[in-house]
Amino acid sequence: MMKNLRWKFATIVAVLALSAWVVYPIDESLRLGLDLKGGVHLVLRVNTNDALRAETETAMERMRSELAKAGATGVNAELLGVDGFELTGVAPEHAALVRQLGADIEGTYNRESGAGGTHRFTMKANVRYQLADETVRQALRTIENRVNALGVAEPVVARHGGVDQVLVQLPGVADVSRAKEIMGSPALLELKLVEAGPLGSREDLLAPHGGQEPPGQQVVSGVGDGTAGVSYYLVQRTPVITGRDLRNARPTLDEYNQPAVSFSLKPDGAAKFGNATGQNVGRALAIILDGRVVSAPRIESRITDEGRISGSFTQQEAQDLVLTLRSGALPASLTYLEERTVGPSLGADSIRAGITASLIGLGVVTVFMLVFYRFSGINAIIAMGMNLLILLALMAYFGATMTLPGIAGFILTIGIGVDSNVLIFERIKEELANQKGVRAAVANGFDRVFLTILDTHVASLIAAAFLFQFGTGPIRGFATTLTIGLLANVFTAVFVSRALFEAVLAGRQTARLSI
Amino acid sequence: MRIFANSRYDFIRWRWYAAALSLIVLAAGAITVATRGLPLGIDFTGGTIVVLRFEQPVTEDDVRTALTALAGDKVVQRYGEDDNEILIRLPQIGQEEGAALEEGGRRAIELVEQADLGKFEVRSVESVGPVIGADLQRKGIYATLASLLGIMIYIALRFRFTFAVGAIVATLHDVAIVITFLAFTGYELSLNVVAAILTITGYSVNDTIVVFDRVRENLRTMRRESLYDVINLSVNHVLGRTIITSGTTLLAVLSLYVFGGEVLKGFAFAMIVGVIAGTYSTIYVASAIAIALSGRRPAVRTAAGAPPEPAERRARKPGRNVRVS
Repeated sequence: MMKNLRWKFATIVAVLALSAWVVYPIDESLRLGLDLKGGVHLVLRVNTNDALRAETETAMERMRSELAKAGATGVNAELLGVDGFELTGVAPEHAALVRQLGADIEGTYNRESGAGGTHRFTMKANVRYQLADETVRQALRTIENRVNALGVAEPVVARHGGVDQVLVQLPGVADVSRAKEIMGSPALLELKLVEAGPLGSREDLLAPHGGQEPPGQQVVSGVGDGTAGVSYYLVQRTPVITGRDLRNARPTLDEYNQPAVSFSLKPDGAAKFGNATGQNVGRALAIILDGRVVSAPRIESRITDEGRISGSFTQQEAQDLVLTLRSGALPASLTYLEERTVGPSLGADSIRAGITASLIGLGVVTVFMLVFYRFSGINAIIAMGMNLLILLALMAYFGATMTLPGIAGFILTIGIGVDSNVLIFERIKEELANQKGVRAAVANGFDRVFLTILDTHVASLIAAAFLFQFGTGPIRGFATTLTIGLLANVFTAVFVSRALFEAVLAGRQTARLSI
Repeated sequence: MRIFANSRYDFIRWRWYAAALSLIVLAAGAITVATRGLPLGIDFTGGTIVVLRFEQPVTEDDVRTALTALAGDKVVQRYGEDDNEILIRLPQIGQEEGAALEEGGRRAIELVEQADLGKFEVRSVESVGPVIGADLQRKGIYATLASLLGIMIYIALRFRFTFAVGAIVATLHDVAIVITFLAFTGYELSLNVVAAILTITGYSVNDTIVVFDRVRENLRTMRRESLYDVINLSVNHVLGRTIITSGTTLLAVLSLYVFGGEVLKGFAFAMIVGVIAGTYSTIYVASAIAIALSGRRPAVRTAAGAPPEPAERRARKPGRNVRVS
């Protein structure tokens, strides 16, 4: 019996020491949630339809230009929603061409031909799903790059909830607006050759073309030539190079010593760029960022590897642009669904309030237990103390996050933890009242009550499991704390308490137990 | 110290009065919800909440006046106990496109700055769009129902089915009581409060399990008594423990309510009501339903003599006991 007891105590001391070692020092070992540390919690939706539409538009444009090259004029192409397009007015002699082009993309699009030269292309369902998924994953990577570049400590960027939702957590961030802008900036860079412009209005620009955009060209607006107000340019639809061809970008100064962004190109891009600039010396090249012309310098000579974007940036804007260009363009736009910001002062106050409530709760419960159970009350308090220590240690070890509701869970563990001890003690009292010997009373108390303790804990664990599933962030913290607290409680209430009793009774002829 | 050491209160006798009391309270709650409505937090309705702390005390009216330029129903109220913290609640603003989600909050902060009410700091801003709001409503209800179902199945497995029904009705009763008191006091149903309610489903069942556990044990040794008597006795046996445990949990949660800060007030309040209701429901609701469903008549109350039960019931009895234990 004594040897058994020694092992038990060895175990207890080992657990205690291990827990203490993991937990110390507590402000570094325990991860704090945003509601305690301060920071931003964002849930955003990736609008995958944008990417679907871009893909469909490209396919449609390509088909239209192929048909135009083959001489099929008068073909009308229209988008159907985001995942399909329709060609109308295709002359019978070009139907074969359409079929052939359709065969090229039949892995992606289903083709339906109707009367009167109508051909409808719809994206296949599985391709659609795949594209949407890939878009979200790419958006995730891009956002992650940008968040990391922002220099936020321990950010969280992860898929969340619905199939196209992303969770972003930025601890300690003060300027939410800038963070959101950086994350959500499409950063789509396109360099397109200018056909005409700049002119002061759209109508003036399109007048020579009968008010319509000529095939393969489009109108973009911007402030390209430094004059006040908006200018309009007619540019080629197909860009010479895009942001994907960028190898790197960095802030620099332009010839007026204004902040600008210089970029370098990957080999393919450099080749394309070299060709385009070499063949078009003297023409203007529009630098278009997110659909607006930022500048449109004239090509002086063939350029292969480097370029510069300038145009009334502040230094911060130039730096932010570098950041977003480097992280890659966002494949789709973002919509913010939920946003919670906790200022650092509130976080600190919450921590303080939580600690105060915990200590007072602990104190009150201790007094209560001592009054009701006298010296055995100390047993319960020690067991509960160990319970809380193990709880913190396990949380620190698994990297679980402590949130404000988590502190509430901590306090709840104090109340519920004591429950197990009360069950045991009451049973022991009953056994004593039934004239059992002290040792027998203790043993019976623990044995009889064990199943009950198990039952009550399982019920609470079931509730905690659903709570974990339902909640995010702070509520999850609560569920985690509660669960770990309950599990640790089974250990301390049954094993530790019993060992303490046995230690007290060991080697003594006591017939009395202070309970 | 042993409280209620040899209590022999006939609790179960009062069960109909207890049922009446519960029904009255719940009816009052239902009326309150029907007329005043149950206050829902922005987590479920969508909208924005801004909490500001001013260096000098301000009145709600000052802030309200400052915000007159802002469209929509806004709520301005005091936050916490100090007189320099204000909470502003704004309804959802139409779409949630792009940065528009925080538009309302940002605008409100700008207006307060312009109103020159002194230096202030933004303690927190929370904006929830309608999609998330509806989502959380659904998930909250599912989680609560699923939790109840899970617990019910567990009890049915460990004890008997009628006990499980009794336990679940008791828990539902507790949840309804908590919601009723929330309606009375105007604490809004936020994520934290729903977390408290889910916790109560687990906690309320704790007490019930302890009683049922004792009932199961006593049934093994008291084969002659009616279920009525066994349950009554069991409740008395565990009464000491029930009061003490509820007491300690209540103390812990009270400490949270008083000292834990404003953010957790709703949570702590829900827990307090839940703990008290849980104890009450274990004694009166769970046992009463278990008795009612077991179909035993409280006819025989004396221990002596075999109860005049029909033969087939007596034949069934041992079978039941074997299964239960």
